[in-house]
Amino acid sequence: MKLTLKIWRQKNSQDKGKMVEYKLNDVSADMSFLEMLDVLNEELTLKGEDPVAFDHDCREGICGMCSLYINGKPHGPKQTTTCQLHMRSFNDGDTIYIEPWRAKAFPVVKDLAVDRGAFDRIIQAGGYISVNTGVTVDANEIPIAKEIADKAFDAATCIGCGACVAACKNASAMLFVSAKVSQFTLLPQGKAERKRRVEAMVEQMDEEGFGACTNTGACAAECPKEISLENIARLNREYLFAKLTSNNV
Amino acid sequence: MTLDAKIPEGPLSEKWSKHKFNLKLVNPANKRKYDIIVVGTGLAGASAAASLAELGYNVKVFCFQDSPRRAHSIAAQGGINAAKNYQNDGDSIYRLFYDTVKGGDYRAREANVHRLAEVSVNIIDQCVAQGVPFAREYGGLLSNRSFGGAQVSRTFYARGQTGQQLLLGAYSALSRQVATGKVKLYTRTEMLDLVLVDGKARGIVTRNMVTGAIESHSAHAVLLCTGGYGNVFFLSTNAMGSNVTATWRAHKKGAYFGNPCFTQIHPTCIPVSGAHQSKLTLMSESLRNDGRVWVPREKEDAEKIRKGTLKANDLSEEKRYYFLEERYPSFGNLVPRDVASRNAKLVCDDQLGVNSEGQAVYLDFRDAIKRDGEDTIRAKYGNLFDMYQQITDENPYKVPMKIYPAVHYTMGGLWVDYNLMTTVPGCYALGEANFSDHGANRLGASALMQGLADGYFVIPYTIGDYLANMPATKVDASHPEFKKAEEEVKQRINTLLSINGQKTVDEYHKELGKIMWDYCGMARNEKGLQFAKQRIAEIKAEFWKNVKVTGNNEEFNQSLEKALRVADFIELGALMVEDALQRKESCGGHFREEYQTEDGEAQRDDNNFAHVAAWEYKGDDQPEVLHQEKLVFENVKLTQRSYK
Repeated sequence: MKLTLKIWRQKNSQDKGKMVEYKLNDVSADMSFLEMLDVLNEELTLKGEDPVAFDHDCREGICGMCSLYINGKPHGPKQTTTCQLHMRSFNDGDTIYIEPWRAKAFPVVKDLAVDRGAFDRIIQAGGYISVNTGVTVDANEIPIAKEIADKAFDAATCIGCGACVAACKNASAMLFVSAKVSQFTLLPQGKAERKRRVEAMVEQMDEEGFGACTNTGACAAECPKEISLENIARLNREYLFAKLTSNNV
Repeated sequence: MTLDAKIPEGPLSEKWSKHKFNLKLVNPANKRKYDIIVVGTGLAGASAAASLAELGYNVKVFCFQDSPRRAHSIAAQGGINAAKNYQNDGDSIYRLFYDTVKGGDYRAREANVHRLAEVSVNIIDQCVAQGVPFAREYGGLLSNRSFGGAQVSRTFYARGQTGQQLLLGAYSALSRQVATGKVKLYTRTEMLDLVLVDGKARGIVTRNMVTGAIESHSAHAVLLCTGGYGNVFFLSTNAMGSNVTATWRAHKKGAYFGNPCFTQIHPTCIPVSGAHQSKLTLMSESLRNDGRVWVPREKEDAEKIRKGTLKANDLSEEKRYYFLEERYPSFGNLVPRDVASRNAKLVCDDQLGVNSEGQAVYLDFRDAIKRDGEDTIRAKYGNLFDMYQQITDENPYKVPMKIYPAVHYTMGGLWVDYNLMTTVPGCYALGEANFSDHGANRLGASALMQGLADGYFVIPYTIGDYLANMPATKVDASHPEFKKAEEEVKQRINTLLSINGQKTVDEYHKELGKIMWDYCGMARNEKGLQFAKQRIAEIKAEFWKNVKVTGNNEEFNQSLEKALRVADFIELGALMVEDALQRKESCGGHFREEYQTEDGEAQRDDNNFAHVAAWEYKGDDQPEVLHQEKLVFENVKLTQRSYK
């Protein structure tokens, strides 16, 4: 198929950036979206032009490195990561708009690649259980009801791609933060630090410049791992609980 | 230099505990005087960095991705082995040890493997304490499943995303140490050289991938936790960025490379769909429990299928060749990975392949669906079937899946002694980056175990012994050796940017990958390897004359990143071929066609090849020198594997 691509080009974080149009012939329906961009980049390279920078790594939908805002939706038309989107989701003659994640807390590095370091800093603020290597009990001494373990797992499948932030009109990171808070709140191992954790992570989230949550649910609708809005409700409960009760007693 | 594996004396089961007692310790107040560099943030790197920082060392961690959580350990699906014997089915540390040595076709070190089995139980405790949500039974206790090469259920798992959950556990431990200030994290930063001062590893040279800045970092020890080199084949199940540069640079600075030709090829991957293909996707090998592998019996039928004039479902029973069931009646479709892969290749070589490229075999669930019903099959494999359909646009409930083997893991890597130290003092290799525990073939669910064993439970002990014997004096990053290495890196980058040739980096990478796959892949022979050797030399020469790398160094430049990596892959490819040539036997993933039994199975030669091949770099365009570490088997008896 033949495609017209309109791609955001921005040399670096200081550059203003603009949309640039490219024509691509001979795109196969079996290609993944990123392989289509590979083809474009090979053509650009041979012409001596600067290839389009975009983040990607595992290309099997789990590392969370790929991004792209495609035709106004994070990761494009399907609820999956961009690397798992195939060109058969498009038609011959289509024009496709490709932009980076748009959020103040995710500054553009170059073209379509953004800096998601804010997510790492939120985890550093409290997204862990404080246990040193080797200081543990036997794994089966902590029985956990299957239903609880499954719910914690569902929250833990977040890949940290940032689609939730990109989908949100306020660029809120609530779904990301709530997934981690939920995982640890649900598990008995995480209970000891639950108040400290939720306060620290929310504080860091605000400091990074993410917007407020207005419960529109766009994040969960676009999340490639189907992280549920229920987690945001749990985060709000946990936060309130931490703020309204005294410190860890 | 003679290779000293430093295997402790004494009975197998006491070696590690005795060794731990004999290792020197660095006292808690002195630990803060030592700096350690960790390159890579997968299971091995993240767990090592977190554990060392907890002990009090100053740690600097580097990854080329935008976040440590992206490392490719995250993609491991199946599970992690541990000898917990929670199922009361007769598992033990000794049984896990035995299965691993046998599964590796008797080319791994007994002492290392036993230690791995010993610490496997601690790993599960550690991960659960961190909040890793493993699968559980209704009673609340941990669930297990069985995996290839074992007769017990010892695999712990978190649905099909075990690697993700374990890595996020290690990442959270690492993040906690970043917050304390004990770990300094460098993302989008790639190691481009190892720096030695007075014969010891004292730091690295890196490139900031956003600004292009070439920088030096000094330390008292350097840990390379940079994964495997499967991307030498261009197409593999590895992530696009996975590369050999860190270990290859260390190799060129004196670290011997162990068993480079030992690569694992996984039988159940989604076949290549065209020239645009950038990577391959693995389908869990559990599918072989219910799927039947076949191709048409007649070439004419296969040709019609390739052209699309005949459908798989229209082929009657007697026209189907269930080659694994026919050749291996007792194991059938469940033969080990290497056997299943090689047989798929053989039928495709006989022009019986079933996709347009002729490089695929069927994995058919028709009979299982007839027997158990579609709902049962959906409950077992639903997510895999969905993934398959998403990628191929075919419904595996209605038409047979097409699969083909793909490069998946590399057992070879930097040679390390029992302490995980390479032949460069102070330079360690952990996880897939070292050669150590899997011999010539790795069992499923053992890669995660080894990465975490090395990082959480081995290196925190062994590194103390090295540091306790050296003064805490720091080497400044302005030392002439660092400046020299920086200059060499800049020189390499400038050369690549100034060639301005006619072919892209990917074109060379694909060319190299095809040579490796055709001649140093699932089956190898003298003639093919000699041809590959010559071709790789030609590719190398042409690459440095004709590659086209756009842009400049002082920017985010993905072409340049790839060019630096592919340049190293080309050199590694040559060494892999050399290693495959010298190993005149077949074992595990290394199948030399000249060395097979009458019925076509791998023929080991324990008299001449029960050793680790460790290669020493001698300078550009000089042949590498082979050193051998004899493998001594005091506890297991060497036997020929048979699956007939």
